[in-house]
Amino acid sequence: MDLFEYQARDLFEAHNIPVLGGAVASTAAEAIAAAATMGGKVVVKAQVKIGGRGKAGGVKLANDAQDAGVKAEAILGMDIKGHTVHKVMIAQAAPIAEEYYMAILLDRANRNFLVMASVAGGMEIEEVAHTQPEKLARVGIDPNVGISQAQAIEIVKAGQFPAEVVDQVADVLLKLWAAFVAEDATLMEINPLVKTEDGRIVALDGKVTLDDNAQFRHASHADLEDHDSANPLEALAKAKNLNYVKLDGEVGIIGNGAGLVMSTLDVVAYAGEKYGVKPANFLDIGGGASAEVMANGLSIILGDPDVRSVFVNVFGGITACDAVANGIVQALEILGSAATKPIVVRLDGNNVHEGRRILNEAAHPLVQQLETMDGAAAKAAELAAK
Amino acid sequence: MAIFIDENTKVIVQGMTGSEGTKHTGRMIKSGTNIVGGVTPGKGGQVVEIEGKQLPVFNSVAEAVAATGANASVVFVPPKFAKAAVIDAIDAALPLCVVITEGIPVHDSAAFYAYATVKGTTRLIGPNCPGLISPGKANLGIIPADITGPGRIGLVSKSGTLTYQMMFELRDFGFSTAIGIGGDPIIGTTHIDALRAFQDDPETEAIVMIGEIGGDAEERAAAFIKEYVTKPVVGYVAGFTAPEGKTMGHAGAIVSGSSGTAQAKKEALEAAGVAVGKTPSETAALMRKLLA
Repeated sequence: MDLFEYQARDLFEAHNIPVLGGAVASTAAEAIAAAATMGGKVVVKAQVKIGGRGKAGGVKLANDAQDAGVKAEAILGMDIKGHTVHKVMIAQAAPIAEEYYMAILLDRANRNFLVMASVAGGMEIEEVAHTQPEKLARVGIDPNVGISQAQAIEIVKAGQFPAEVVDQVADVLLKLWAAFVAEDATLMEINPLVKTEDGRIVALDGKVTLDDNAQFRHASHADLEDHDSANPLEALAKAKNLNYVKLDGEVGIIGNGAGLVMSTLDVVAYAGEKYGVKPANFLDIGGGASAEVMANGLSIILGDPDVRSVFVNVFGGITACDAVANGIVQALEILGSAATKPIVVRLDGNNVHEGRRILNEAAHPLVQQLETMDGAAAKAAELAAK
Repeated sequence: MAIFIDENTKVIVQGMTGSEGTKHTGRMIKSGTNIVGGVTPGKGGQVVEIEGKQLPVFNSVAEAVAATGANASVVFVPPKFAKAAVIDAIDAALPLCVVITEGIPVHDSAAFYAYATVKGTTRLIGPNCPGLISPGKANLGIIPADITGPGRIGLVSKSGTLTYQMMFELRDFGFSTAIGIGGDPIIGTTHIDALRAFQDDPETEAIVMIGEIGGDAEERAAAFIKEYVTKPVVGYVAGFTAPEGKTMGHAGAIVSGSSGTAQAKKEALEAAGVAVGKTPSETAALMRKLLA
């Protein structure tokens, strides 16, 4: 889960990483109230989970509380690269002397964690890595060892920070590592980490990604979920524990296993080229697809107004095809007249003959079976054609 | 021969007394795997009967090894306790530990992977994987044993169901070993480890490699193939239509910015001389042509 900037700020503050005052607002009135408590100039920042908001006009300086309201009014509701702004952060303004960079992230290739620190901040770190690699320290961290104070100082020095801030920045790095571990993060980035004119080191903007698999030991992480921007179908699927991603096509997809479902999307996309149609979603019903899971999945997909046909693609490994077939039959009984779109089914693997027999016997008018994945994909695409 | 497991593999099941553990222990026994016991901390001393076999339960992997001579384990322990289970296997210097569990926090996987690397005595496979099968010899995990039999193809894949699909497509040839390495961001055994083992395995004549979006494991595997693998390899990559920034089922299956795309992986494999199919069936057809 990616956090908004204001959530990252709050998380940093909770872990004693120095930040400036900041509050979130969803209306101009809230923005005025927040700015009034801070006093003086504030920065009004669009809260979107995508880069480039500054260039898009999503960050504005406000002279006082009333002005913050005006700026918030202008930013709220903006569309930034397809992301609607539902919230702004009101941040204390501070005179900045220098901008630095610091991050800790999961390093998939090396299968450990990576610290990056650089005196050159405020821009994309890829750019620093490309144009001024000598100013970027990159150090792998053994998760069972962590970062010692001596190592933190070494990393900061390697990032070419000026001598007078090394101790302060190393202290921030140690706190960031502690936060990274305590929160089960896969990314914590501070960009920029700034030195203010009065010599303080402060995290001015942050990006945080938390590990969804670790939610069982972080009850509070559930509160960080963004319900405003979630696609309603995705929210519905999540509530039913289904692994669903909305896409922008017309062929609804249900399959078992992440790899097979991804592959199904691709095969449908190829088959759909001829008819001008694409997959409408990713939905993995996982192993052991019961009638209930199948009914939940089918009802979400049939509830998507973009969907014109459905492709159920199952390879029975542990899952038996007869269970899947029974699931489809029962799901259609549950859905009754709510099911109106053609459903193409391809079953293979464990107990396939029994599965096919069940569907043949049920002879539901919406359901047709094909024997191969490619053939079924082509049929589903054809049925979705306008 | 086969890779990583064969008829001499003696297996203990960590989490055998749980419902998934019991179910799959039964399936593994039925497909001819030599299961010698289980480990559930706190339940040591019990004996459970599965598929007509009396299986002793131990409190730790070390105890199980001492009593049974086991040289491999399969982990069905829930995510919360998986790290402790894997550390237990590593502490016992068990040569092979196959982690089926899905949903392990990546900080836990990073910790046990680093620990295994320091100790240097345990090969980890997974987590979040279907395990591996050397048909007719041993089956560690949840891959259905009845799709196909022993043969001359080696298969390595991030995905379980795509593994089954490909084994099914090529069932008339059979497989030396099929291994699902898992879809998590940190996994123990990589495409490269499996490719090296297949290259060195005299029974494997050709290799199918299945990848998916996310990370750069396929790109690194492509570089390895170019340098080391002389046997024919065909490839398949899933996720061409996956949108940027969305996790597609597997925790590791995500396109971040321009990195981790299926297109980049396909191009890297093709540049290494790997024939890459557009669909699973086309991939199988490419393999058929190679083996004809």
